[in-house]
Amino acid sequence: MTDLGWIEGAITAARPQAMAALLRYFRDMDAAEEAFQDACLRALKSWPKNGPPRDPTAWLIMVGRNAAIDAVRKTSRETVLPPEDLLSDLEDAEAEAAERLDGSHYRDDVLRLLFICCHPDLPATQQIALALRIVSGLSVKEIARAFVVGEAAMEQRITRAKARIGAGNAPFEAPGPIERAERFAAVAAMIYLVFNEGYSASGKALEAKGGLCDEAIRLARLLLRLFPAEPEMMGLTALLLLQHARSEARFAADGQAILLEDQDRSLWNRKMIGEGLALIDKALLKRAPGPYQVQSAIAAMHARAIRPEDTDWAGIDALYAALEIMQPSPVVTLNRAVATAKVRGPEAALAMIEPLGARLDGYFHFHGARGAFLLQAGHKDQARQAFDRAIALANTAAEAANIRQYLDRVTAEAEKAAS
Amino acid sequence: MLYAILCYNDEDVICGWSKEHEDGVMEKLGVVQERLAKEGRLGPVARLMPTTAATTLRKDREPPLVLDGPFAETKEQLLGFYVVDCESLDGALDIAKDLGKANPGGSYEIRPIALFMPGEPKEAVGA
Repeated sequence: MTDLGWIEGAITAARPQAMAALLRYFRDMDAAEEAFQDACLRALKSWPKNGPPRDPTAWLIMVGRNAAIDAVRKTSRETVLPPEDLLSDLEDAEAEAAERLDGSHYRDDVLRLLFICCHPDLPATQQIALALRIVSGLSVKEIARAFVVGEAAMEQRITRAKARIGAGNAPFEAPGPIERAERFAAVAAMIYLVFNEGYSASGKALEAKGGLCDEAIRLARLLLRLFPAEPEMMGLTALLLLQHARSEARFAADGQAILLEDQDRSLWNRKMIGEGLALIDKALLKRAPGPYQVQSAIAAMHARAIRPEDTDWAGIDALYAALEIMQPSPVVTLNRAVATAKVRGPEAALAMIEPLGARLDGYFHFHGARGAFLLQAGHKDQARQAFDRAIALANTAAEAANIRQYLDRVTAEAEKAAS
Repeated sequence: MLYAILCYNDEDVICGWSKEHEDGVMEKLGVVQERLAKEGRLGPVARLMPTTAATTLRKDREPPLVLDGPFAETKEQLLGFYVVDCESLDGALDIAKDLGKANPGGSYEIRPIALFMPGEPKEAVGA
């Protein structure tokens, strides 16, 4: 008797590869989904009875494909195929399917499936929703919950997104090296979006969205397994692991966010950190740096510091300087300024972010960081103004509460000085 | 006689375990391990990181070839293993290359260890 929990785990694990292969076969998203559903139902009936197949993914692909062909034949009143309980005994057929899976098609199939979901015409949230539905197999209800919208609204959104990408235009020919690299970059960005959707959640939303981080890590690992020599994929996977390792320490019991420097580092997940560091180590040997690798190296600097005061801020400053060149953006410079403040003092950091004022004026973190630098530099009144501005721009109650802590500190210090 | 027990499973499924499930399994394994340790029959126990963290050194040629990913051939068999302490993957690869020079042919898969318990078996139980 095969344990039902194991079956569920095996089906979830097999889903991206199986869906990708079925999509190549049918060239139609709905047909692929239907075939996969069908195969899953048959697995639930057959596996407990006959035991798990040697290669669940190959089994699901073959049965899904045959079920669809079967349906076509039934409607045209032709002979039906042998039932799947017989099929799972056909070791040869399974081995043959597995062999096909090992071919180079396979990895491009999965890349294609993910790439279709990050169609540039789709807004980021729809890309994420579509990937979660099609690739990860989350139910519409689960996705709706993660996005805090009604189920019907999410169903409609996904249907519309599917219609918009019209799998008919999907690129089914094998990609060339340049195309593959482009798809790769788009897919990596989408996986990071999925992660951030979960990572940026706080309070009540955290419970609903926390699973998105795990899902993003699963997708990143999947891609890394298919493209084991891609240093940026190693970097992205490491980045996600290192960030997610802190999840137990990021929020207080009352839901208040805890800043990196104030976190209880004994709550950081050492196993994830170990894996993240090992992946960075591996990526370094490729000597082909990229933005994900640099960001993961920054996260690694924090992960390696047993106490906040052990943090190698000069190293972080240098890594941000490299990231500024690879991926120039005012937000990167703002992040660098935090490290610069530690190494060269708050005045240097203020000078660094001064030119960003025009572009980041509506950005909560800009005013929050500026306030903190001003406070460190002893400009209390200006700091208070910056903090007020930040509170006005805060996106969440937790963000505002965080700034209020700083404000309280300014006020308390001012009172102490006065008394 | 000392025996090695090698663990195989679908890492996609294992990596997808919830923390509760994972903790539950580790606890149950811990009970067995503790009994064996008390009896002086438990040697080193290692849990390896996922194959995505693996590097393979093919030492059937000179210079040996470094490949990303796990050892994937099926015509060769697992014959032994080393546990070495290194600062970085580079260091581990150097050791593997030295070993490969001493014994060319086949491959080494270099996989970081996630969890290691050295263990102290009494020598040659039942010998």
